[in-house]
Amino acid sequence: MILPAQLREHTAGVGTLELGSASSLRDALQALKQQHPFVHLRILTETGHLRPHVNLFVDGEDIRFGNGLDTPLLPGSEILVIPAVSGG
Amino acid sequence: MPHTPEGIVARPGELVVLVGTMKGAFLFRLESGSERSGGQSGNGGATGWSMDGPHFPGEEVYAMAADQRSGRVTFWAAPGNPFFGTTLRRSDDGGATWSSGEERPVAFPEGSELSLKRIWQIHPGLEERPHEMWLGVEPSCLFRSTDGGDSWAPVLGFMEHEHRPRWTPGAGGLCLHTILQDPEKPERMGVAFSTGGFYRTDDGGTTWHPSTRGVRAEFLPDKHPEFGQCVHKVVHHPQRPERLYLQNHWGLYRSDDWGGQWQDIANGVPSDFGFAMAVHPGDPDTAYIVPLEADTFRCTPEARMRVYRTRDAGGSWHPLTQGLPQEDAYETVLRDALDTAEGSEEDQACVVFGTRSGKIFASSNDGDSWEMIQDGLPPVVCVKAARIR
Repeated sequence: MILPAQLREHTAGVGTLELGSASSLRDALQALKQQHPFVHLRILTETGHLRPHVNLFVDGEDIRFGNGLDTPLLPGSEILVIPAVSGG
Repeated sequence: MPHTPEGIVARPGELVVLVGTMKGAFLFRLESGSERSGGQSGNGGATGWSMDGPHFPGEEVYAMAADQRSGRVTFWAAPGNPFFGTTLRRSDDGGATWSSGEERPVAFPEGSELSLKRIWQIHPGLEERPHEMWLGVEPSCLFRSTDGGDSWAPVLGFMEHEHRPRWTPGAGGLCLHTILQDPEKPERMGVAFSTGGFYRTDDGGTTWHPSTRGVRAEFLPDKHPEFGQCVHKVVHHPQRPERLYLQNHWGLYRSDDWGGQWQDIANGVPSDFGFAMAVHPGDPDTAYIVPLEADTFRCTPEARMRVYRTRDAGGSWHPLTQGLPQEDAYETVLRDALDTAEGSEEDQACVVFGTRSGKIFASSNDGDSWEMIQDGLPPVVCVKAARIR
């Protein structure tokens, strides 16, 4: 998982996290919760929904236009966390 | 590039003002001996005032507080990152440094089906309970800390209230913005939120009951429902905690029995619509409001910037205008953007407010005269004034 700069202060500056052999994005996020619970809470709300202004890309595909949190992962899949273009 | 904030060092007796905006926070300090000099300095700033910021640049800061219990000065802020959510931060060095967002997480428990959207109020609580603090959040809920703000949990009696499914958000969101506690009877508290009304507990938060009898709900078919009013702000004075003043979404009220019954006190105001309200620190009968024209035009009536003051508990209200713009002033003062603090003169209050257009006005003499201490800030949503002990 590749984190944006805003979240790296909560991982001691580390920008790339290894999240084990999860077979789905949901499982990978669960692994993130174990490693970095605060970062998990910045990406998902307490109810488990993706924050509205955060985008997740799995191997280059926006999960909102695919299978969402049930997006399957392959060995070596890359999860990119990017703040959305929004606000004013 | 924004200035790099350095924090402020305020000495005992000085006034500090914490200002939260939609794009960061700013800290103001008024030097000792400046409060009677008045006038504007040549650089556009007001005499004796200095500003530090922006803190949390780019983040909305709807709630701040200065806590002087335990014999030290602690600043609190709740910056909301537009992407990654709201956090609670603490500074023990005048804003020179702030704690990390992950040190004091504020979150609803799993299974509650609620998620934190914004912190609207940071309430330090009673003097004799320095480790107790409160937060008002969106969606409407009250959080409590018993360890000086290090850990937080929702007040279950409120979070699980049977009325929750029928509370609906106002234009600002379903926000709990007012927290009051009775210093003589701490188990009695009141909270206000939009929309929902004013709820009171007499048992320390286990049970809550709506206490808005007499308060109108103009936007509902039933104008006097048991609950559901859009209460914008409630204030009281610790020396007379049972007397409450309420600024409603249309309506100005007072209760003398902790919300048991409310009476209309819109006597002599150009409009009874508004958001902001504050009470004089030394006089329970003196309160301040900033009327706005209407919910459809949330600007100062007649384009005149006027604070209204009552000295007789709402029996009459009088405009305060000296030093405030009286032409083409289409200003808005939001619910938490007006505050008072003890003045440098005995029995005199400092009154401070900020506008959506980014202006900060201050008075050192009960509101009799004003000066603009800053212009050009992002929209102001929170103003907290404190006299350093």
